Amino acid sequence: MNHWLIAPILIPLVGGILQAFMGYAPIALRRTLGIATTTLTLASAILLMGLANDDSYRLYAFGNWQPPFGIVMVLDRLAALMLVLTSVLALFAHIYSLGGADGNNRQFHGLFLFQLLGLNIAFLTGDLFNLFVAFEVLLIASYGLLMHGEGKNRTVPGLHYVVLNLVGSAIFLISVGMIYSVTGTLNMADLAQKIPQVAPGNLPIVQAGGMMLLVVFGLKAAILPLCFWLPSAYANATAPVAALFAIMTKVGIYAIIRVCNLIFGEQAGDLSGLGMDWLFPLALITLVMGVIGALGATNLRKLFAWQVIISVGTLLAAISLNSERGTSAALFYLVNTTWVVGGLFLLADLISGQRGTASDQIVTAPRMRNRTFLSVLYLVGAVAAAGLPPLSGFFAKLLILDSAVPGTVRTWLWLVMLVGSFFTLIAYSRAGSIVFWRNVEGHLEEPRKLTGTIAVPASALIALSLVIVVLAEPLSRYVDSTAAQLHNPAAYIEVLKTPMVEEK
Amino acid sequence: MELAFAIVIGALTASGVYLLLRARTFPVVMGLTLLSYGVNLFLFSSGRLATGGQPIIGSTEAYSDPLPQALVLTAIVIGFAMTAFVVVLSLRSLADHSDDHVDGKVSDSVEPEKTEGETGREDAKS
Repeated sequence: MNHWLIAPILIPLVGGILQAFMGYAPIALRRTLGIATTTLTLASAILLMGLANDDSYRLYAFGNWQPPFGIVMVLDRLAALMLVLTSVLALFAHIYSLGGADGNNRQFHGLFLFQLLGLNIAFLTGDLFNLFVAFEVLLIASYGLLMHGEGKNRTVPGLHYVVLNLVGSAIFLISVGMIYSVTGTLNMADLAQKIPQVAPGNLPIVQAGGMMLLVVFGLKAAILPLCFWLPSAYANATAPVAALFAIMTKVGIYAIIRVCNLIFGEQAGDLSGLGMDWLFPLALITLVMGVIGALGATNLRKLFAWQVIISVGTLLAAISLNSERGTSAALFYLVNTTWVVGGLFLLADLISGQRGTASDQIVTAPRMRNRTFLSVLYLVGAVAAAGLPPLSGFFAKLLILDSAVPGTVRTWLWLVMLVGSFFTLIAYSRAGSIVFWRNVEGHLEEPRKLTGTIAVPASALIALSLVIVVLAEPLSRYVDSTAAQLHNPAAYIEVLKTPMVEEK
Repeated sequence: MELAFAIVIGALTASGVYLLLRARTFPVVMGLTLLSYGVNLFLFSSGRLATGGQPIIGSTEAYSDPLPQALVLTAIVIGFAMTAFVVVLSLRSLADHSDDHVDGKVSDSVEPEKTEGETGREDAKS
């Protein structure tokens, strides 16, 4: 048992509780404490990644209950990768919020940290019901964050988001109940062990439960029939919140990877690969839908929100190949897309601050201030997101294309991804050329000052795309071993045998 | 008992889903509440329906599984908080749009989106 495992949960929890009582403290103090908490979370995530790098599973059992009794946290390579991914994104989004976005809500920092808390629990937990609780924690915080800011245009997308997710939670509970009623356990490792032993008469119940779980995760990940809430919700959120939300769809994807490989993996007998044949066509249609949306976007935020849906489609297509190479390529793409899209949301806010009343709409407007700096950032971000060489998006997409085995699946994957990438590129160049190049004479009201507090996090997140290219070798080694670990669920089941009593 | 229980869950869920699909926020909130009642009863039944059972193995002939009850308790607490939040949100939507339609005022969706720069005002009343 390793007590470091709960550090990424305890740190934002304590920090968030402190913030909850500090609503009337000076804003400088709240900001310092908030950033310190996020930095500490990042440090603990990096520490855990170092621990996970030796390919073993680490277990933290609350109250020292012998698993499968009690709640466990399990650290493996995938969990550590997601933790680092989240904390890096959160740190930059948090720094960006100091530029003024946190001003008009006393509880902004608290909500932000609780959001981080929910995300970290979701990535570390080894228990299906605890995963539900983690989802609720991060959702409650996200409801608050989504409503944060001024103006009336957030209420309606916020209401839709809340109602949809409450229905999602209801479905989650039903599927948990169905699975529990047959297997008598909710511990993921124990489930992986019990599912192959389910009596044939009870199999349809588990199957229905598993498919409903996929629906819930699909709602979180925004797969096609369940994705229409996303663009308006994300496009209306405050910039740092939208950037942090770049990780929210990835929680659904993480849950799909975890559940499909562990509980319904190769060893699951009749239920092996449950729902995978549905996932591939749905992923491709999601990708097409995202591209169509991006082409029709009327402002930059909407464009980047549709980019989130494009990445979800691409990721799920790679995951549903259900092979080690596919998963590895998907994880590589996941790292790239999360950071770049987060940075693009921040950039959209920077641009809208420099364009007066035209804001971030894709229309001709008087020439913006600081055009050179922002247009270079946009170029780098768009190249990384659309997947052009020499940036990381290109290599990620290449790995995904390369991971498909020849056959019908590969033909479809290549066709949709390549044509999709081409049209994404058109969407980006159209938006970029109108926003940056097509100017009219006119007076611009006083622009927002481009301070380092907001310019640095946005550029840093987009520049991480370059860092990924430089560090491509260690990163791809890490994701390769992660995929290998994921496709060998037998080792995960071994955590059940971790002795609790001799622990000194 | 099973049949009556199943009918109750079915009726609650069906009415919940019907109300959820209404166009006004109040029926939607009622629908969410009914749906969560149905789900909570369903979750409760996953530990099998039995009377006179005790949650300690060996104390009686028939023992009852305490875990679903713990799960339901968690779900009730979370459902309660969520209902409170969604009620406040609906009221806010009603105040913002002077209309309780779930899409705001129907004419709102036709208007071009309002744009607003992020302001740097600190500690303004939210």
